[in-house]
This record gives sequence, C-alpha cells and structure tokens, in this order.
Amino acid sequence: MKPFLLTGTLNRSATIFLAIVATAGVLLPALNLLTPDASALHVPTYLVSLFGKYVCYAILALSIDLIWGYCGILSLGHGAFFALGGYAMGMYLMRQIGTRGVYADPVLPDFMVFLNWKSLPWYWHGFDMFWFAALMVVLVPGLLAFCFGWLAFRSRVTGVYFSIITQAMTYALLLAFFRNDFGFGGNNGLTDFKDILGFNVQADGTRAALFAASCVALAASFLICRAVVDSKLGKVLVAIRDAESRTRFLGYRVESYKLFVFTLSACIAGVAGALYVPQVGIINPSEFAPANSIEAVIWVAVGGRGTLIGAALGAVVVNYAKTVFTSGPLAPYWLFLLGALFVLVTLLMPKGLLGTWHAWYGRRKPAPTAGATPSDETEFAGEIAKPHMAE
Amino acid sequence: MTFPTKSLLSAPLSRRGWLAAAAGLCLGLSTFAPARAADDTIKIGILHSLSGTMAISETTLKDAMLMLIDEQNKKGGVLGKKLEAVVVDPASNWPLFAEKARELITKDKVSVVFGCWTSVSRKSVLPVFKELDSILFYPVQYEGEESERNVFYTGAAPNQQAIPAVDYLMNESGVERWVLAGTDYVYPRTTNKILEAYLKSKGVPAGDIMVNYTPFGFSDWQTEVSKIKTFGSAGKKTAVVSTINGDANVPFYKELGNQGIKATDIPVVAFSVGEEELAGLDTKPLVGHLAAWNYFESINTPANKAFIKAWHAFTKNPKRTTNDPMEAHYIGFNMWVKAVEKAKSFDPDKVIAALPGIKQANLTGGVSEMLPNHHITKPVFIGEIQADGQFNVVSPDDPKKARLVPGDAWSDYLPGSKDLESDWVKLKCGNYNKVTKKCGGQAS
Amino acid sequence: MIPRLAVPLRVLSRALSLLAAIGLAAMIATATAARAGSFADAVALFAAGSFSDSADAVSQIETSGNPLALPIVNALHDGRLYADEASKTVVIKQPDGKVINAATGAPAAMPADAGVVRLNNKLRRRIAAALGSLTLLAADPETRIQAARAVYKSHDAAALPLVEAALRKETNAAAKNALGDARAAILLFKPDAAEADKLDAIATIGARGDQEALALLSSIPGNLSPAAAKSAQSAMQAIKSRLALWSMVQDAWYGLSLGSVLLLAAIGLAITFGVMGVINMAHGEMVMIGAYTTFVVQDIIRARYPAMFDYSLLIALPLAFLVAGLIGILIERSVIRFLYGRPLETLLATWGLSLILQQAVRTAFGPNNREVGNPSWMSGAFDLGHISITYNRLWILCFALATFAVLLAVLRFTRFGLEMRAVTQNRRMAAAMGIATSRVDALTFGLGSGIAGIAGVALSQIDNVSPNLGQSYIIDSFMVVVFGGVGNLWGTLVGAFSLGIANKFLEPFAGAVLGKIAILVLIILFIQKRPRGLFALKGRAVEA
Repeated sequence: MKPFLLTGTLNRSATIFLAIVATAGVLLPALNLLTPDASALHVPTYLVSLFGKYVCYAILALSIDLIWGYCGILSLGHGAFFALGGYAMGMYLMRQIGTRGVYADPVLPDFMVFLNWKSLPWYWHGFDMFWFAALMVVLVPGLLAFCFGWLAFRSRVTGVYFSIITQAMTYALLLAFFRNDFGFGGNNGLTDFKDILGFNVQADGTRAALFAASCVALAASFLICRAVVDSKLGKVLVAIRDAESRTRFLGYRVESYKLFVFTLSACIAGVAGALYVPQVGIINPSEFAPANSIEAVIWVAVGGRGTLIGAALGAVVVNYAKTVFTSGPLAPYWLFLLGALFVLVTLLMPKGLLGTWHAWYGRRKPAPTAGATPSDETEFAGEIAKPHMAE
Repeated sequence: MTFPTKSLLSAPLSRRGWLAAAAGLCLGLSTFAPARAADDTIKIGILHSLSGTMAISETTLKDAMLMLIDEQNKKGGVLGKKLEAVVVDPASNWPLFAEKARELITKDKVSVVFGCWTSVSRKSVLPVFKELDSILFYPVQYEGEESERNVFYTGAAPNQQAIPAVDYLMNESGVERWVLAGTDYVYPRTTNKILEAYLKSKGVPAGDIMVNYTPFGFSDWQTEVSKIKTFGSAGKKTAVVSTINGDANVPFYKELGNQGIKATDIPVVAFSVGEEELAGLDTKPLVGHLAAWNYFESINTPANKAFIKAWHAFTKNPKRTTNDPMEAHYIGFNMWVKAVEKAKSFDPDKVIAALPGIKQANLTGGVSEMLPNHHITKPVFIGEIQADGQFNVVSPDDPKKARLVPGDAWSDYLPGSKDLESDWVKLKCGNYNKVTKKCGGQAS
Repeated sequence: MIPRLAVPLRVLSRALSLLAAIGLAAMIATATAARAGSFADAVALFAAGSFSDSADAVSQIETSGNPLALPIVNALHDGRLYADEASKTVVIKQPDGKVINAATGAPAAMPADAGVVRLNNKLRRRIAAALGSLTLLAADPETRIQAARAVYKSHDAAALPLVEAALRKETNAAAKNALGDARAAILLFKPDAAEADKLDAIATIGARGDQEALALLSSIPGNLSPAAAKSAQSAMQAIKSRLALWSMVQDAWYGLSLGSVLLLAAIGLAITFGVMGVINMAHGEMVMIGAYTTFVVQDIIRARYPAMFDYSLLIALPLAFLVAGLIGILIERSVIRFLYGRPLETLLATWGLSLILQQAVRTAFGPNNREVGNPSWMSGAFDLGHISITYNRLWILCFALATFAVLLAVLRFTRFGLEMRAVTQNRRMAAAMGIATSRVDALTFGLGSGIAGIAGVALSQIDNVSPNLGQSYIIDSFMVVVFGGVGNLWGTLVGAFSLGIANKFLEPFAGAVLGKIAILVLIILFIQKRPRGLFALKGRAVEA
C-alpha cells in the first residue's frame, strides 16, 4: 500500500463527499421551510427527520469504520456508545420538560414520580444545563471506551475475543438500562421531549436546524477521521491492522494507539446518539441491543469497509432500504429482502458498494498510477483470531 | 474482502459521479412523495409489528383489523366511502414506530390509526399523534397513568383487570399471601405498585407480599419458581399475580407444571396470558390457573359466536383463537365508525369530539361506552385455564350479566396520581389536578 | 410433597373409575332406601350451578357412606359429572360412555340441556380431600398412600376417625407412615386435641423435615400450650437450617441444569464457529429449525398416531439432525464456501441468512408460539432428599452430556473426524494427502448445524417454540464458546457449566437481572486475565 499516493487522490472524493453533505444540509431544510406545502419541491418535515436519522447513523458508521476499517478493531458493541450519548442528551431534554410533565413535578421526570421517587438521583444533576449535557455526550462514552479499552488492549485481547466482550458490554448495559431501579426510565426510556435550547423540538424550524446540525457533525466527524487516518498515526493504525505483532516489534506501543482511536471513535458515536435522540423523539434501552450494533457493522460492510465515505453511504443505503421495505405491500417480506441484500452484497460485492463502484469504474479506465496493488487477504488476519486450529 | 486502494486511486468522482449521486437523491426523495388518495376511499393505518419480538402478539391484531375493515366495506363502507387499510411494519423497533406513524399520517394521509402493543411503542408515537393531530386506537391492557386527547384506550386500565382479579382471589379463595411477579418494565411496575397499595389498604402486612421482577424473555425459571414455592409454604394461602410478559410466560408455566405447583396449591392469576399464549402450551398441567381479561373466547353469546365464525372464515383457519385485544379493536373500530357517522366527517378533530359517549355492544353481552377520559367501560372476567387451552369463566357467575367497570386513567392508589382526573369533554384536560385545580402538562 | 401430586391423582382417579365400573352393580344393590332421600338431595345440589353448592354437595356425599359417593366425586374430578339445571337431574358419564343417574345409580339417558358441573380451585381442593377420605381403605396400597397424602394436605378433622381406623388396619409400612403423618396433621389443627397428642404430632411432622412440614408447623392455630409452642418452634428451626443447606444443593442442581442448556445451545456453535471459524449468526436459527421439526413431528403424531406421543422426541431427534444438517450443508455450499478466510464476511452473510430463516419460519408457521408437549417420561418431578428434580431438566442434562460425548467420539474415532481435524489444522497439507477438503468443510458445517438442530429438540421442551427462539440463545452461545476458548470442545463444556452454576449461585442474592449483568462483567474481566479463553489453544495458531 502506498499511503502517500492515497492522500492526494482521496482528498478529491472527500471534497465531493463534503460538498454533498453540505448541499443536503442546506438544501433540505431550505426546501422544507421556504417552499409552500403544495409546491412540487417541498420536502415534508417527516423526511427531514428521517434523513436526519440517516445522517446520525452515518456518523455512527464512520466511527465504526475508523476503528474497524483502519485499525482492525471490530467492536460489536458500538451501539452502546451511541446509546449513552443519546441518553445524555435525553436526560437534558427530560430536564427541560419541567412542570409540563403529566404530574407537573418541577424537578422529577414523570417516570420517577410514578415510581414514587422523592428526589433526583445524583447522576441526574447538572443535566438541566446544556453545556454539561453536551460535555457528558462526549465524556461518558469516551470514558467507558477508555476504561474498557485500557483493560482489553493492555491484556492484548484481540480479534473475535474483543468483539464478543464488546457484545457482552452492550448486553450488560442493555439489561441494566432495562431495570427501572437504574433510574433511566426502564423499558420506556426517555420520551415526550418538549424543548431543546428553548426551541420546541417538534417545530419545523427546530427539525431543520437539527438536520443541519447533524450534517455539520457528519462533516466534522469525517474531517476528524480523515485527519487521523491521513496522519502518521493513521499509518501506524493501518500497520497494526495488517500485522499487529510486527508493529509491536518495531517499537510502537500498539495498545496506546488502539486506545486512542477506540476512545475517539466512542466519542464520535456518542455525538451521533445525541443528535439522533431529539430527531426520533425517544431513547430506550433497545438501542443497546447487540443486534443493533451488529447491524451498524453491517452498514459499514455494505458501504465498503476502510473507506470512510463508503461507511456513511452504507448506513444511508441500508436504512433507506429498511424504510422502503417496511411499508406497503412488501411489509410482510421485508426481512427476506434485507437478509438477501446482506447475503448478496457479501457474495457479489465483497468490497462493499463503494469498493465495487470503484472497481467497476477502474476497469473501464486504465489505472493512472502503477504500483498500487490491492493488499492481499492477510490484512484481515489481525482482526479475527485465526479460527483454524493451526495453520 | 480486499482493500479498494487501486480503485480509489483511479476513481476520482467526476461530473458523471455527481450526476449519479444527484439522480439517486431525487429518486430517493420521489419515493417519499405523498401518495394521493383516491377520493372515494378513506385510509386506515394499521401500526402493528409484523416482525421482531412483538410480531408474536401483534400480527393477529393486524389480521383482525383487516377483517373488520373488510366487513365494514361489505356493509357499504362509512359515509358512502370505502375503507382502505394501510399496513406498515414497525418491526418491534420503538423509534421505527414513531417514524412509521409519521409516515402514515403525513404521507398516506390516514384518517385514523389502530396500533401499538407495548407501552413504549405507544409512548414513542404519542408526540407524533399530538403534533400531527390524528387519532390512535390502542387496544391493549396497560398501566394507565396517561390520557391524551389523540389516543383512545380500548384496552383495560389497571382497575379493569388487576384489582378485580385480586378481589376474586381474596374473597373466593381466601388468599392471604401474595407474590407479585412481573417482567421489569413499566406495566408490571405500575400495576404492582397499585396492587401493593391496594393490598395494604385491605390489611395485608408487608411481609406477606413478595414483589419480584425478571428481565424480558427470561427463560430459566427454576430459581424463581422455587422461590415462589418457598414463599408459598409459610402456612397461609398463597397466590401469584403475574404480570410476566409474552415470551417469558411459556417457560414460566412449563416450569410451574414440572415443579408440580398446581392451581389448587398456589394459583397463578395472569394479566398477559390469553388464548393466544396458551396455544403454544400444553395446558393440562395448568388447569385451574387463572387469567383476568375483559373478554374470553369461551364466553357464549351470539355476537361472540358470529365474531369467531367470521374470524375463522377470514383467516381460513378453524383453529385460530380470538383474544381480548382483538375484541378491543372490534369495539374501537366500531366506535370510530359510529363517531364518524355522528360527526358526518372524517376530520380528526370532529371525530375526537364525537367519540366520547359513543356506545358499542361488546362481544360478551354488554354495551361498552367511550368515556370522557378516552377509556371505555368494560366487564371484568376471571377465567380458569382448561385442558383444551380455553378459559372457563369462574367470575362473575353469569358472564352475560357482568357489571361494566369504567376505565380509570389515573389510579387512586398511587400517590402521584390520586388527585388527577381526566375529562376531555368538560375540562378539556387529560390530567386535571383536583387539588390545585390546574391542568398539568400544558405550557407553563 | 406438592410435586408428586400431579401424577398420583391421575393414577388414583384412573384406578377408581375402574373400581367403580366393576363394583357398581353390587353397590347399587346395597344402597339403602332410607338414605336415598337425603343423598338424592345432596346430589341435586350439583344442579344448582354455583361453586359453593357443589362444595356442599361434595361434603354431604363424602360423609353419606353411600357407595355411589366415590363414583360421583370421581366423575366430578374427571369432568364426567353432568347436571341439568331445570330438571335437577345429575348423571355420571362412565368412562365407557354409559350414562347412569348419580342419585340412584340406575342407567339413564343424558338430559338434553345438561352441562358438565364446573370446577374452581376451591372445589378442586375439596374434591381432593374427599377422594382422600373415601379411598383410605382401598385395596391397593399405593392408592391408600395417596389418600393419606390427600388427607395430610387437607387436615380435615372430620376424617380423623377414618384415619385412625385405617391406621389400625394398615399393614403396609409406607402407607402406615403416610397415615401417621395424616393423623398428626389433623391433630395439630384440632383445637381440642390432647396436649400429648399435639406434642407427638409436632414431633412426627418435624421429622418429615420438608417444606410442607414447615408450612404446616408455621400455620398451627394460636391456642398452643407453651410447651407445644416451644417444641414447634424448635422443630421449625431444625427444618429451616436443614433446608438452608439443601438450598445450596438445589442451587447447584439448577446451575448444572442451566449449564446443560447453555452447553446444548453452544455445542453446535463450537463446531461451526470454534472449529471452522465461521462467525455463524444463523446458529440460533438452526436451533429453532430443530424445535420446529419437533413441533411438526408431534403434530403429525397427535393427528395420526396419538399412542406414539411418548416416542415423538426420539423420532424428532434424527429428523431434526437431518433437517438442520441439510440446511447447514446447503448454506455452506451456497454461501459460506465463498467466504473462507474472511470470517467477518461470514458474520454479515449469516446475519442475513438468519433474518431470512426467521422470516421464512414466521411465514410458514405463523408468528405465534407453537405447542410442543412434554412426553410423559419428561413430565413431573421426583424428590432427591429435600430438593425436587424435574424429569425434563434431568433428561436434558443427560442428553447434553451424551451429545457432547458422541461428538467427541466422532471427532476422535471416525475417519470423518480425522479428516475434519486434518482440514482444520492444515488445509493444504490435508488436501495434499488426498482429502477432499471442500467436502469435509460442507460436512463439518452440516454436523455443527445438525447438532444445533438436535439442541432445538431438547430446548423445545423448556422454552417457547417461536421464530424468535434462536435469537434468545445466540449471545449466550457465543459467550460460552469464547469463555471456554475458541476451537476447544472441552472448553465449551467447562465454560457452559461454570457459567450456569455461577449464574444460579448469584441469582438468589442479586436477582435475575443483576445476576446476569454480574456474569457478563465477570466474563469481560476474565477475558482480560485469559485473553484466549479458559482453554487457550497453544501453538502457531494463537498469534495469527
């Protein structure tokens, strides 16, 4: 692999990607707010929220691709960081309800009133301030990822073992958040939000603003990830992905690199979750479900692992397919379609959508540069334990 | 999977790429364009999970709604217009419920939605219905503590199911010791809180009440069942009040049967186990355990017989059971039809105004009424499980003469809600505080 | 003991119906005219329709001494007693289909509007007690023991003379014992019993030492003398401390049982994931397919050959293995073989397959739970000391161990096992030695899937048979395999049992939810200590 060549050309598709995100971020809200309902160009509000949701998923996919595509760490529990960010934002939104809850309690959220709680638990304090909640959105997932990663990477838990314990982590959190005694609303989670920063969350303007904010966050996360993978640090990450032991013997502190990128990725996932919650209007423990995390990994695979743009694209495509398939005459069969999509993408497009697009495009045009050969199969050896008993 | 380095190098996105992307975006947007309804049909949204964990319960309700709509169309529709069902699959995914509700109302322009099962799905769609001002009929027994202008609750509130069941056990079987076993979510939590308060008000000491929660889909019941057995051997007549949810019930009852807890020793009265759930069980070891519902398939009335017959014909399956939430949809749907006819309009605001006071004969011989608090009056039956998977009604003695209990949105046994009252006709408020004389939940 | 009651009552009533049929003619002849009036009135109460009238009727009939009493109570218990409200006629439908008048015993016709006399739990308890006192003097000792147990449970003072009479005549040791317990129980609750009798009774009950004895002792009505109260207290203390010990044993047994379930769920995955390296997300669906195969087999047996029901699982086992195995081979040939060496693609593809399989089953069988019954040899429980062991759990434990042993033997001693090990250890070398590696791959995946299928047969006995069945086991299965060490079958065995036992010992203290969370956290921490699981593989494979 010739990274220095990569940088120059990739910057170009990166620019295009950013341009699309920026256009969407401006165009969709504008079409929603500025055109009359009857106009052919009008974008209904529910589409704004829907695309807002996709954009949040795209950010989550980016964060997964950062560790999986570039560092070979497969986390099957990234939904946990997403959900934690979401909960932090949800707690802020709950505190904003104030006396407008059904029991009109000025401090306690409704679910605490009917569970008969007398005062706010200590971990709910501070969330009435936006800056604090925003800090927690990044801090809580980041801290969890740091502790978890510190334990796991230091003892060299890698490959499938790491994947499975991340799954155990999100599963444990799922069970914990389901418990009503835990103080996060149990199965019902946090819902019925009213205001964000003083604006009504259901107003068209707020929704448009949230969508625009999500687009900004997507662009920012993309730039951060881009910067990381383009830097020298990024090269070391790729080296770790392709040959962890060799990198270690070359004198790099592998676990520090992994820990940094894992924590960063968790922070990005937390931001995605925080933007997701006000747009869908609910955060609930089922976001911790291991299946959700697996699905997020699948978005990345569908889009094209190791290509940041592909990850974002995969998230949008799969979720768009889900939206379409679950309505109309196909509704009873949508799982067949989704399942078939996953199987076919794996079999026919092993490089994901973007990879296949490039391969197809590349065949039609002779490669302008020589020497850049696709890396061989061994690159994946690092991310999963060699399953065969010996090789 | 190989790394697409080469192709990336050789493929800077050109103008063609831009065009393709733009075309894709347009294509994507166009599929969301609102479908224009034909003028002579009225659309009805059905929002029940057809896949995922809740499909097990909700699919039946989708079929029941399709049957009701079909029958109404055979009668000539409503106000001269045919009805058309719009089915979506929210896939047991709560945020997807909100998304699909929004889609039904804005894109498909449905006049009314029948749907949801779990409380969290209802909570998830609530803001959508409020914002877009549409109507939701919710057919499942639930924890109460809610009354919204846009929602009509045709399932039982706790006072229409839980309290009568406990009364029955106390009076008929002389139960003195209680196990309140539930899945850890809001419905069991609230119901058990209400029951605990109620039992204590009846003089049951705290030591004779055991509250126990298990997670969703819990399947290894050995320890829990043996705990119940131990608790039940303190010399007082013991009963289990079960708010265990869906999937966890089958292994629970299997374990009960195998550990030999018979209904004559420790009866279990359940609020979430109906004919549908029993269909997946060998009921012989469970004979005598109880369930409290507002409808049983076995209740012998002409209306019920006709309903069951129509159901078997519609599903082409003479073994399909009917159950309580189906009857709730039956009542709710017919109430909606009557309200539309009364309002002479499909406009949600007019229908919402017309609904309270509408009366509809239920399937068990009584006449249910939509109350100003958007709950309905329902009879309460206690049934014993029989060997054939049906329930034998043991209370009241004559099911056809059952007293109708009005649904109470705010429980009198919870400190937070005992002062609240809901009345959408006179007070125009779902949570009016009788002490402060204020309507809560409004803009401060 | 409570758990024993299920079977015996059925046996009892069956025996009784037989007795009734044989001796009926004689009984009718001896029925005295004098009693017929009041007896007929009592019987007519069944036609009044309310539960309390029926209970009164049972009490009056029980003490009437009329030979028809037993057949009536028995018919009531079995749901063969019919009553017509209008004409107040009550008839018994004999097991052979003949109908007789309950009050006179004369052959009768079934009244047109007659309905079965309804039961509720209170009435059922009354019937059990009545059957007890009515059969204390039966010829069969087992029937007498059951009768004594029923009396022990009801401790109805009216039965005391009968019990004492039976006790004097009794020669069978076990029956004598049971009668003694019954007598003690009655005396405990008899307010006017002599002090010495009460003390004796407390000692007798205390000696039983089980949960039921504790229940009885703690519910003695309050008018005890200080001495009796004291001895009751100490008897209860003794029972409690003994039971506390036994509860440890009980927890261990529950842990073993949970472990066996985990082992069954994981063992197929130990092959497809552990040995072959396929992150097989469709594993749970293979288990589900096995469970549905059981359902189909039982459905056919129920419809065509009801007598064979007890063998349904034995028939289902090979079928489930074949069905799941063939589907496994199909999946391997059509999808997975293109993905070897790229384990993460297998995750993606098998996840898609699991969605398809789930929805396929949902479409074919409906989304609802399907009924899979326990054959009679898997129903009920027996007592071992003071813990009760349910037959289905015991069989599942045996079955899990047997499956494990057979699998181990196949790997160790068969040619296929040898080839399989060769291919997984060094594919190229194996190919060079003439092994058809792709055939071995397909068969190995088929074997793993087939074993998941037979696990489904066993799990159908304790869990829901629904399209979601597989999903509920997939995470636990992966935990077990990874905890035990990927690629090592023994690791899976030890992993499953240690997780099961740890879970069950935590559950009483922490509750079901926190217990499970604690186990997950423990797994996470354990993997830090041993990053390759309990039984890590050594050699070059480790550092891939």
